[in-house]
Amino acid sequence: MYEFEFETPATVADAVAALQGDEAQALGGGQTLLPTMKQRLASPSRLVSLSGIAEMSGVSADAGTVSIGGATTHGAVAAGAGAYPALADLAGHIGDPAVRNRGTIGGSLANNDPSADYPAAALASGATIVTNAREIAADDFFDGMFGTALNEGEIITRVNFPVPEAANYQKFLQPASRFALVGVFVARTSDGVRVAVTGASETGVHRWSEAEAALSANFSASALEGLAVDADGMISDLHGSGAYRAHLVAVLTKRAVMAAG
Amino acid sequence: MTEVSMTVNGVSVGGSVEGRTLLSSFLREQLGLTGTHVGCDTSQCGACVVHVNGDAVKSCTILAVEANGAEVATIEGQAAEDGTLSVVQQAFQDHHGLQCGFCTPGMVMSTLALLKDNPKPSEAEVRKYLEGNICRCTGYHNIVRAIMAASGQDVAIAAE
Repeated sequence: MYEFEFETPATVADAVAALQGDEAQALGGGQTLLPTMKQRLASPSRLVSLSGIAEMSGVSADAGTVSIGGATTHGAVAAGAGAYPALADLAGHIGDPAVRNRGTIGGSLANNDPSADYPAAALASGATIVTNAREIAADDFFDGMFGTALNEGEIITRVNFPVPEAANYQKFLQPASRFALVGVFVARTSDGVRVAVTGASETGVHRWSEAEAALSANFSASALEGLAVDADGMISDLHGSGAYRAHLVAVLTKRAVMAAG
Repeated sequence: MTEVSMTVNGVSVGGSVEGRTLLSSFLREQLGLTGTHVGCDTSQCGACVVHVNGDAVKSCTILAVEANGAEVATIEGQAAEDGTLSVVQQAFQDHHGLQCGFCTPGMVMSTLALLKDNPKPSEAEVRKYLEGNICRCTGYHNIVRAIMAASGQDVAIAAE
């Protein structure tokens, strides 16, 4: 890893100021960024740690919304987001316990790894990503593999999840990386059903609109009979072919619907 | 260079580190606490697990400067001063929970974190909690036995 300056701001405003200028990078829990820097795939000249910013940490719930500070660890979400059980369950299955004690929701969403879990939850839930500058709907936030609507130096301070009537996340674990080989998050609200898929597409997390239409009409696994996902554009690697991933999307969606009840 | 200070196993320590100095490097190379092992250095294997402010973390994937001011616990702090092993360490010895021993410091520190939150874990809970700790010798059965014993439970386990 190349050397860098290290800053520990105590407020969002100080963090934003410290991120001005080239080559500055926000540091959440570092569970992706530090390994990336070790491999010299990233070499920021300044790291701005967000873990000391009290206003960015913690989980609160009221009026049908679970609100999570951007610097909240996966472990804290797993323990504290009981008002949204599917989300707490997802957080409790990211990585392993030691990783969950460091990794943060803001870091995960800002990185938008195509196999990460949180992007599926945010997209299926219709979450709002709050930054130091604005609020971004999840539908407008994710922009292809590792791409987001965030500008340089923009920080995710909070993520607001409307709690659905029913929801479930099914993760087909890639056991070495502990990421999702494929993951499907299904959320049913009074406005209909949203289905978000991670780990599968070369364009990153995305919604499966055919399944959403079928499930909005009839929220049961049988409504998905005959629906298939096109293998074109699916990730294909040594862990699974595109056709295998496409198959898993349909299987996991059915399982999620059955588990959501 | 940045001056850091922290409490390691109850002792106040300090040192001068680069921003990029990992906590594992600080513990091993500057403090000489080589019980914390670095296996993969990619946060996969868990040999480097220590506690920072009571939470198990992979010390190869946290910067020393991030632990500035923290309470850190490592394997060196677990036995009594006269060398008497802790309950968990003794259970690992009694139940042959180690062969080469390389993963053992991380296994013990993860076990302590598990038992703090869940004093009587089921076998399945033990196995799930240890997902981030890799052992290439034992096949895990004796590690699970040791943890069941350390938590005062029957060591007979279903999977053989």
